[in-house]
Amino acid sequence: MALPERGQELPVLRTEPVERIDLVRYAGASGDYNPIHTVESFAREAGLGDVIAHGMLSMAYVGRMLTDFMGDEAELEEFTVRFRAMVRPGDVLECHGQVTDVAAGQGAPVVKVQVRAVNQSGETVVKGSAQLRYAPID
Amino acid sequence: MSRTVPGTDQGHEGNWSIPVKNVIEQGAVRKFADAIGDANPLYRDVDFARHTRRKRVQAPPTFACTLDYGVLAGVSLSDAGLIHGEQSFRFARPLFVGDELWCSQRLEDVTTRTVAGVATTYHVVLQTGVDGDGETVFTARTTVIRRGGGGVS
Repeated sequence: MALPERGQELPVLRTEPVERIDLVRYAGASGDYNPIHTVESFAREAGLGDVIAHGMLSMAYVGRMLTDFMGDEAELEEFTVRFRAMVRPGDVLECHGQVTDVAAGQGAPVVKVQVRAVNQSGETVVKGSAQLRYAPID
Repeated sequence: MSRTVPGTDQGHEGNWSIPVKNVIEQGAVRKFADAIGDANPLYRDVDFARHTRRKRVQAPPTFACTLDYGVLAGVSLSDAGLIHGEQSFRFARPLFVGDELWCSQRLEDVTTRTVAGVATTYHVVLQTGVDGDGETVFTARTTVIRRGGGGVS
């Protein structure tokens, strides 16, 4: 098993356009029924103009990039993001990751990755980091 | 039954909620994986999972946010005026279908700052999932932001 190298870019994950029905589906699957994600009139009254995507949906896309990259070689040890901008219906997200550190000591290699998701205008909507554990399981 | 959760005696903002037993069900995991557009067979296919090193069907990492963490006494964070600011997870192992986890949460911190002339309140909530052996499977930290007044109601 070859460890990732510092500086290595993860394969980019590009989403389909985020549609309203995706937000309804995510609301149902996650139990987050906050109407700012699904009811346009409500979102408008809340001053948002229109519905916004769940932040956790964007985080899940970034998580998918990480788990796709790890396959069965590694496990997610830590995953942190900051939500920087709103995601709206029609937006397409591109998730990027780059290895920032590889610590191979103690037979428990830990790979640190910087992650972000950007929308079709190049605006960063999610930014964060993750730690992937390449150690064998017991 | 009584259970202790790490950190209960640290005397911060609030107490841990009473832990709630969550069973991670295949149907719920599949629906969640579908909703995030993730076709990975690891989340659905027992035969596929058997050939992975954990040999079990898993849940996507962020599935943890769907679990029931119990009621934060005296705290109402379900209001629509809240915006998700930050989210962090730390996992000791993946979540498996069939897991029975005791989940609990605690309001760790409430801070109000003035941002661009608007009172903005940051609520930090800690969450934890503990298995039947008392091992902490994961911890999560959520920051939610309320713009324009009011703290926790």
